[in-house]
Amino acid sequence: MRALVLPIIVPMSTAAIMLLAPRRVVLQRWIGLAGAIALLASTVTVFARVNTGGIQVLQIGGWPAPFGITLVADLLAALLLLAVGIVGVAISGAAFAGVDPRREAIGYHPLVQILLMGVSGAFLTGDFFNLYVWFEVMLVASFVLMALHRNRVQLDAAFKYVTINLIASSIFLTALGLLYGVAGTLNMADLARIWPAVRSTGMDTVLAVLFMIAFSIKAGLFPLFFWLPASYHTPPAAVGAVFAGLLTKVGVYALLRIFTLLFQGGPSMLPAMLLAMSAATMVIGLIAAQRERDFRRILSFNLVGHIGYTTASLALLTPAALAAAIFYVLHHIIVITNLFLVSGVLLRLRRTTEMKSLGGFYTGQPLFSAIAMVPIFSLAGVPPLSGFLGKLAILDGAFAAGAYWVGGLVLVVGLLTLLSMGRTWTEAFWQPAVEPDRATPGVPLLIVISGLSFVTLAISWFAGPLFDITLRAAHQLLQRDDYIRLVLGGTS
Amino acid sequence: MEILFALAAGALYTAGIYLMLRRRLAQLIIGLGLLSNGTNLLIFAVGGLTRAYPPVVARGADRLVPPYADPVPQALVLTAIVIGFGLLAFLLVLAHRVHAIVGTDDVDDVGRER
Repeated sequence: MRALVLPIIVPMSTAAIMLLAPRRVVLQRWIGLAGAIALLASTVTVFARVNTGGIQVLQIGGWPAPFGITLVADLLAALLLLAVGIVGVAISGAAFAGVDPRREAIGYHPLVQILLMGVSGAFLTGDFFNLYVWFEVMLVASFVLMALHRNRVQLDAAFKYVTINLIASSIFLTALGLLYGVAGTLNMADLARIWPAVRSTGMDTVLAVLFMIAFSIKAGLFPLFFWLPASYHTPPAAVGAVFAGLLTKVGVYALLRIFTLLFQGGPSMLPAMLLAMSAATMVIGLIAAQRERDFRRILSFNLVGHIGYTTASLALLTPAALAAAIFYVLHHIIVITNLFLVSGVLLRLRRTTEMKSLGGFYTGQPLFSAIAMVPIFSLAGVPPLSGFLGKLAILDGAFAAGAYWVGGLVLVVGLLTLLSMGRTWTEAFWQPAVEPDRATPGVPLLIVISGLSFVTLAISWFAGPLFDITLRAAHQLLQRDDYIRLVLGGTS
Repeated sequence: MEILFALAAGALYTAGIYLMLRRRLAQLIIGLGLLSNGTNLLIFAVGGLTRAYPPVVARGADRLVPPYADPVPQALVLTAIVIGFGLLAFLLVLAHRVHAIVGTDDVDDVGRER
């Protein structure tokens, strides 16, 4: 299916067109919005085709797999692409509220498009080396967005971010080299086919651990997450939103892919290891969130903790648990992006996101408070919002798989999340204001936040049908024979 | 020959990791450079080393006869070198900015408020 290249081509062309209008930032904003809407349309097309027609495959340049590069969209990839499209439109819309002028002149808008291209490419590719290349595309764009800073805290964060990601890339590349040496192919489907032979060489555990370290750094899992809260709260809100929404999810996606495609049915050590790491991530992330006094740092730690939810559920490798993990990832992308944009409004109103300077929005900005309530309470897991349904699904999956301690942990950590977000709500919105508002919330930001809140409400309302789709996605992931046959067999 | 490559790659990894654990920005960057070169060498070596056997189908033959050099790891290394080079250049500029703005090259002091 040719349309599979669109989620990659569209942002690339948008960035190229923007570069024809350098320094004309208002024009670039409009091009960015148009490009993002086109990207959303293309992801909807891909999703519709995958939803009705099953896994779609495109062999780039007509080179049959495993010799050429293959693009594959199964339901998991299509759902995540849909989320990329939504986040892309949100970020492009939020840019109308103003990014800092220096950053915008240097090329903020094209870089965001390149970032979206990298994320889409990572979700679509069917080849591990190509995945590495998309990681790098995404990282280079994020490095530049991160590093356009002047003050020392931001520079420090940028340097840590760049260094840890380069180390993760080196580990990933090492694993790829060794993998090629053992297997002689890097095509995902081909690898899944010959994995039993790789297992017999005894190298599979080494490779698996290297992959897990690399992807866990990207996803932000314990004990490799310390870079994330140290860096995500420093860039402008829109940049933080796209990083928090999409970049860690690419790591989660890569974990989902290797676990279902390669490690399924292997030694139980790997899922057990992932489960232990996820459990520690959840607990430590949310405990650390309790002591933070800055809205965006609280969000960063909540982000880390909730990544643990998805990977714990994924490590169980049953259809229900996998479906819950996918559902939770989708819910979380929308909600965390939205919350970082909310922090953008807070930054406009009070010039800071320190909790001690917040407060009084409930009476001062009732409209903003009303729409910000949706993501805050959805993340907290209050019924009937999507966060509650996601946690319920994870709990269900864990109990059905017999992992009662995971279920118990999900409940305890859910309570900690509720505490963290409840306190945030009380202190930032309910308690009386100590400082006056310095500006208006900005109409574009309010429109974008209410749009994303509306998506969250839609996910909550249509949770049943959506969960059916994620369940089908999980079955597709677990029955990898179809995937292998479609990638290696046909060229359609 | 493979043993030699393996030892060289191992030495580069060791030196790279050692340097990355130092506190000075310059050492950190050199360490990352060594690490990425160690990786490149590793990929090159695991593809199997052959001497003067280009992967070209001989005249009259209808397919490649082993031994021949596997071109795929070479393509991978080429891509990795280009990416690694770009990132290293970026990191150098970033470190330069850090040094210009913060005035120190001690990693621990960069984020510390004065």
